[in-house]
Amino acid sequence: MMELFGDPATWLPFAFAALMGAAILTYVILDGFDLGVGLLFPFATPAERDRMVASIGPFWDANETWLVLAIGILLVAFPVAHGVILTALYLPVAVLLVGLIARGVAFEFRVKAPTRHRGAWNRAFYGGSLAASLAQGFMLGLYVTGLQLGWANIAFAALTAVCLTVGFSFIGAVWLIGKTEGDLQLKAIHWARRGIWGMIAGIGAVSAATPLVSGRIWDRWFSFPEVVLLSPLPVISVLLVVLLWRILQRMPFENDRWAWAPFSISTVLFVMAFGGLAYSFYPYVVPEQITIYEAAAAPESLIIILVGALFVLPIIIGYSILAYTVFRGKATELSYY
Amino acid sequence: MDPLILSRIQFAANISFHILFPTITIALGWVLLFFKLRFNRSGEEKWMDAYRFWVKVFALSFALGVVSGIVMSFQFGTNWPGFMEVVGNVAGPLLAYEILTAFFLEAAFLGIMLFGFRRVPGWLHTTATALVAIGTTLSAFWILVLNSWMHTPAGYELRDGIVHATDWFAIVFNPSMPYRLVHMLLASGLTVAFLIAGFSALRWLWGDRGAEVRATLRFGAWMGALLIPLQILAGDMHGLNTLEHQPAKVAAMEGNWETQSNVPLVLFALPDEAARENRFEIAVPGMASFILTHDFAGEVPGLNDFVAEDGTRLHPPVAPVFFAFRLMVGIGMAMLALSWSALWLMRKKRGGVEGLPKPWIYAFVGMAFSGWVATLAGWYVTEIGRQPWLVSGVLTTADALGPISGGMVASTLAAYLAVYAFLLAAYLGTLTYMARRAARHDGTSPQIPKPDAGVRVLQPAE
Ligand code: HDD
Ligand code: HEM
Ligand code: HEM
Repeated sequence: MMELFGDPATWLPFAFAALMGAAILTYVILDGFDLGVGLLFPFATPAERDRMVASIGPFWDANETWLVLAIGILLVAFPVAHGVILTALYLPVAVLLVGLIARGVAFEFRVKAPTRHRGAWNRAFYGGSLAASLAQGFMLGLYVTGLQLGWANIAFAALTAVCLTVGFSFIGAVWLIGKTEGDLQLKAIHWARRGIWGMIAGIGAVSAATPLVSGRIWDRWFSFPEVVLLSPLPVISVLLVVLLWRILQRMPFENDRWAWAPFSISTVLFVMAFGGLAYSFYPYVVPEQITIYEAAAAPESLIIILVGALFVLPIIIGYSILAYTVFRGKATELSYY
Repeated sequence: MDPLILSRIQFAANISFHILFPTITIALGWVLLFFKLRFNRSGEEKWMDAYRFWVKVFALSFALGVVSGIVMSFQFGTNWPGFMEVVGNVAGPLLAYEILTAFFLEAAFLGIMLFGFRRVPGWLHTTATALVAIGTTLSAFWILVLNSWMHTPAGYELRDGIVHATDWFAIVFNPSMPYRLVHMLLASGLTVAFLIAGFSALRWLWGDRGAEVRATLRFGAWMGALLIPLQILAGDMHGLNTLEHQPAKVAAMEGNWETQSNVPLVLFALPDEAARENRFEIAVPGMASFILTHDFAGEVPGLNDFVAEDGTRLHPPVAPVFFAFRLMVGIGMAMLALSWSALWLMRKKRGGVEGLPKPWIYAFVGMAFSGWVATLAGWYVTEIGRQPWLVSGVLTTADALGPISGGMVASTLAAYLAVYAFLLAAYLGTLTYMARRAARHDGTSPQIPKPDAGVRVLQPAE
């Protein structure tokens, strides 16, 4: 069956790059909103915090599993690239991990430890979300500029770190608009109106920097006919941002109508921004150094994973939908029984 | 600072911290299912109370297992890139299947299991509990396949120094896999048995005489008593298998220097690698030969066989393997003594737990985390016993190290150790606090009929 689609050494790495891209994108959106909810903690009252945690409680574990899948695919499908990328990003990865640890355990400890410790665990939840978001933004910045450690790259990475963090708090806020009602929802609308600037700045900064990284990417963007074919992407993005802005200004609508519109539009924006990145860097997995074809593992091993993945992924998507359906609607107190 | 030794310490610290929590969740998932089914069937409130208490322990342990597991999946890339480059064609699919078949399953149904009790029909809640238990067991299966393959590689060939898979059946069912899997699953069961018995005993000491605490203390003692003989048997078979495939490891476990027959079973000694002999040895004549070959005159390989012509050591460091092994087996024997004597004492008095004298109650409290200690000790035997190899005969630990500086590893190691020490203290403190609260609730009013489940007043987000 491997011959059916032509040379497996060409299409298999592509298939895995696509799978990895899908996993990263899913992770960024799903964990983006729940990291964002953590980032908004300091602005909320204690009762609101319980409600905010309840809005993500049943999902966060599955959301983080997409990160494990993304890293897993990098690990198993592109072993050579995996080592290069992760050793180059050694310290930000450590910050990310400590952040994820702090916030993941704070979920549980804040309600199980003695009440007098709750404030400290809330701070761990916020601090962990902050560290994880900053680290992800920093890694994105370093990756886009080719994993070099010059001052300019670090400065740029610091910028993307801040932008992505504000972007996550934005997507957290629009998630809360959908999941909450009353005063908390009004607050979330207010947060979203401010956070939207971070998202715009982030997407803008990365889009501006990417073509400058290499002549190859520049040509991909600005030579004819690519530039014409690509032009809808920025145009649609701008239109969506304007639409999002208008909706946020007018919220809340009667009967909670359009409560999910901001989240849906933001998701589309994230998808488009990610698509632009993927288009620019293809076929490189380590920017301008190693292509997916050079880094790929042996076809016999990849095909085994692919067969499993194609079989299991629809099931995973199925029960993820089940979980989101069971906990649909406005967030209520979480209880074990 | 040597990045190799620091990375090894960091890896050992991370995996040791990680394994503590899966060890609990693997078996506790099944125990919760058991409690739920008992309740479904009998309608006795004590089983639901037991479920409610232990599901919180499960949730907390699971969270710690997940976050420390995420650290594990980054470790390979940050510290040991050589591992995936050389054996990625085998390790990759195994890790991928673990993520695809196990991690998503447990993560998705965990939400329903923990918070879905009143949102979904009863059968779906029970099914979710079962699926989470299946998920944790599946992850143990896949990771143990990989780990066993690293000990006893099979079904592969080397092309240009890179491992290529040739026979997946042989890879999955590699020679040490069945033993390691069974032994680890039993270890998890024992850890949970003594954890449950230990915390129930603690609540008993605090004056909780409720039906729940009686049921769980008996349950823990029974579970421990049933599993420990199986574990000793499985451990013995595991050792025989290791003798066949990794004789140097067994020689280190036994502290046996010379290949000979009539090898004594060393109960205690201080192995001295410089002098290549044991000091202060206390031994039972012929016993090691008997255990390993089922013949007192049987010949058993010794450590001196694993030294190269030029004197380089080809066997693992002796002392840590030797002591860790004794610690594990010692705890196994203590588990046997405690659980069987407790069952015997409870038999005598129809009241069950009342039959246990105070020292037994204290012993259960003291042994609450003995499963953790034995499990860690066992893993140290296994993993240190494989050194200097990372994948036996294929890749050494030193060759897998990435181009990272010692200073960088030292800084992350310090951070991880601080975080782990803190989290461990918080975990233990929180479990004790939960037990104390539960003891206060039920201890004062053991037999009050519960109000209708639907109108119970709920603690916020608990
Ligand atoms: C509750 C935990 C526990 C208990 C009571 C025991 N073990 Fe164990 N042992 C483990 C938990 C464990 C473990 C953590 O699960 C290990 C590490 C790797 C493995 O497969 O199992 C292990 C490894 C391990 C090995 C090393 C195998 C190898 O890697 O080559 C041997 C020979 C034994 N065990 C033998 C025993 C014996 C004879 C026991 C009799 C009392 C015993 N174990 C009790
Ligand atoms: C879960 C329980 C485990 C524990 C407690 C454990 C413990 C250890 C320890 C103590 C070492 C250090 C040996 C030495 O340096 O002398 C080690 C090495 C190692 N183990 Fe394990 N191990 C476990 C399971 C695994 C599994 C499941 C894998 C692989 C999938 C694994 C892979 C490794 C690797 C890559 C090393 C090399 C790094 C090093 O030497 O420190 N281990 N392990
Ligand atoms: C190098 C080795 C290991 C790696 C890379 C690893 C990785 C992971 C990851 C990423 C998770 C989180 C999954 C999620 O997001 O839900 C996890 C959880 C888990 N791991 Fe490990 N793990 C390793 C060793 C082990 C060992 C030795 C065992 C057991 C024998 C084990 C059993 C489990 C189980 C049962 C879970 C799920 C439940 C829980 O977290 O309590 N793992 N592991």
